[in-house]
Amino acid sequence: MATEGNVLELPKESSWYSPSKLKHYIGVAIKDYPVLWLTILFVVLIFPALTAPWTAPHDPLKQELSKRLTAPVWSTGSEDKPPSWSNIFGTDKQGRDILSRVMHGSRISLMVSLSALAIGGTLGTTLGLVSGYFGGWVDHLIMRIVDVFLSLPLILMALVIVAVFGPSFWTAIGVISVLLWSRYARQIRAEVLAIKQMDFIARARVSGASNTRIIIKHVFPNITNTLIVLATLQVGTVILLEATLSFLGAGIPRPNPAWGVMVADGRDHIASAWWIAVMPGIAIMLTVLSMNMMGDWLRDKLDPKLRQV
Amino acid sequence: MQRYILIRLIQSVFTLIGVSIIVFSLARLSGNPLDVLLPDEADDETFERISELWGLNDPWYIQYFTFVKNASRGEFGPSFKWQGRTAMELVFLHLPATLQLAGFSILVSVVLAVPIGVMSAVKKGTLLDTVGKLIALLGQSLPSFWLAIVMIWIFAVKLGWFPTSGRGGFDHMILPGIALGWFSVASFMRLTRSSMLNVLDSEYIKLARIKGLPEWKVIWKHGLKNAAIPPLTVFGAIVVGQMTGSVTIETVFAWPGIGLLALQAVNARDYQVIQAVTMFISVLFIGMNLLIDILYAYIDPRVRFT
Repeated sequence: MATEGNVLELPKESSWYSPSKLKHYIGVAIKDYPVLWLTILFVVLIFPALTAPWTAPHDPLKQELSKRLTAPVWSTGSEDKPPSWSNIFGTDKQGRDILSRVMHGSRISLMVSLSALAIGGTLGTTLGLVSGYFGGWVDHLIMRIVDVFLSLPLILMALVIVAVFGPSFWTAIGVISVLLWSRYARQIRAEVLAIKQMDFIARARVSGASNTRIIIKHVFPNITNTLIVLATLQVGTVILLEATLSFLGAGIPRPNPAWGVMVADGRDHIASAWWIAVMPGIAIMLTVLSMNMMGDWLRDKLDPKLRQV
Repeated sequence: MQRYILIRLIQSVFTLIGVSIIVFSLARLSGNPLDVLLPDEADDETFERISELWGLNDPWYIQYFTFVKNASRGEFGPSFKWQGRTAMELVFLHLPATLQLAGFSILVSVVLAVPIGVMSAVKKGTLLDTVGKLIALLGQSLPSFWLAIVMIWIFAVKLGWFPTSGRGGFDHMILPGIALGWFSVASFMRLTRSSMLNVLDSEYIKLARIKGLPEWKVIWKHGLKNAAIPPLTVFGAIVVGQMTGSVTIETVFAWPGIGLLALQAVNARDYQVIQAVTMFISVLFIGMNLLIDILYAYIDPRVRFT
């Protein structure tokens, strides 16, 4: 009876929602669990981008005016237009299926971002390598050009370029690559400057290797990790940039189902038909989020030097 | 120090020349501006006369020098969309609205980012830190134009708390301010956190603790004061980022600033105004960076010798 106070108190079974557990779950989901972002990436970007023409339920451009502004399937909808499983995310002003358009939008986003990264990344890396390796006036010249491109107002310049050349798929890719290369050049140059001081470069030079050979065989392999991380982190930025340009009418031209264009289309109907603008926006958000998570993860794995940035 | 300032100054001038070449050639790439400006019924003689008057028949380098000469005096010529106003006048007319919005959104991002950044450094590895990371991740992934539209839908249309667009009282400023500031919260917060982590490790913080100062004083006075330098260096970039980012936000909210002016000018092919806006923002950006670099070199002498 009197032993009650003497019993060693066992730790209470902590409930699943205690702060420490919750923190653990979030932490696991963000950091130590690539499965999460890999799943999002696959579902939102890669799968629809690769298979949209066959797996999308409808033609993204086909207008069905009788079905216009149908609400998504989970909402109550209106009397005369009940939501149906045929248009899971609802339809837009012209009766086009939102889900199919979002799926085809992934294709556009992926193509634009990969092409722009390939062009801008190659140009920037080459110039960064040359600038960092040779130094001197070449370095000064390239770095001043980089400064110029970094101090131009990005979106405004893109708008002007598109106004001059007219909006098209290739103008969008061109504009984004032109605006992208300077960041690569600067980062790669800094990396090369450090590598240049290493002993193995001096040894290569002593053994008679040409500059081209040293750059390709000895410097480049040492920046690939940085390059991979940089590219991954840039995919999100590029997708956001493309969406912003398309939203402003300076990216992918209508009627292509680019996500930014879709948000712009839904803007006027936000009060009555929120799904037109919200759905593609969620697609942008999830894609960029998962790309950024992947970039952070890769950075921790591949390039500890960048970690603190 | 003088040497450093001089080198940075010369570099800035080169950057400025580069920017002016690009801005100049972009407008010329679109062809003869007179094709757009003159009415269709204008005959060849008028065409010739005005070309001569505006110096459009001169070789490109003379045209470029005229452009630079006029631009350095802030003269970009008359706007053709907004009749009777010069391009620079229009920029200054729209500047207060943009500055107001940018100022407010910076306030929003600082008020949100600094406390969260500091606290997630102090309580590193706790739930608070994780939530901070989550906010930073979201901040970098949400498209600002979409956030703006969704906020209009929820807070202006559904709840009716704020007006949907336009410039007016303080309540007009809240939605666009948050939409614009949201993006910089993430970068500001991460920087504050990492800088604060470095500072908290230092000897003088230990000394402050040993001396028996209350913890809040250690963190907010001794800690934050020293941790504030790196975030301050990106501050300039953020301020100018707000001004360019304002193109989208000002469009969504019909906020009458230079972002909206630029978009309207682009749509109307009003190259005088486009040139004025682009040069204005670039000069601001270059000047801001120069100022911050010099300030930084003043605070941290190691910078001067690299």
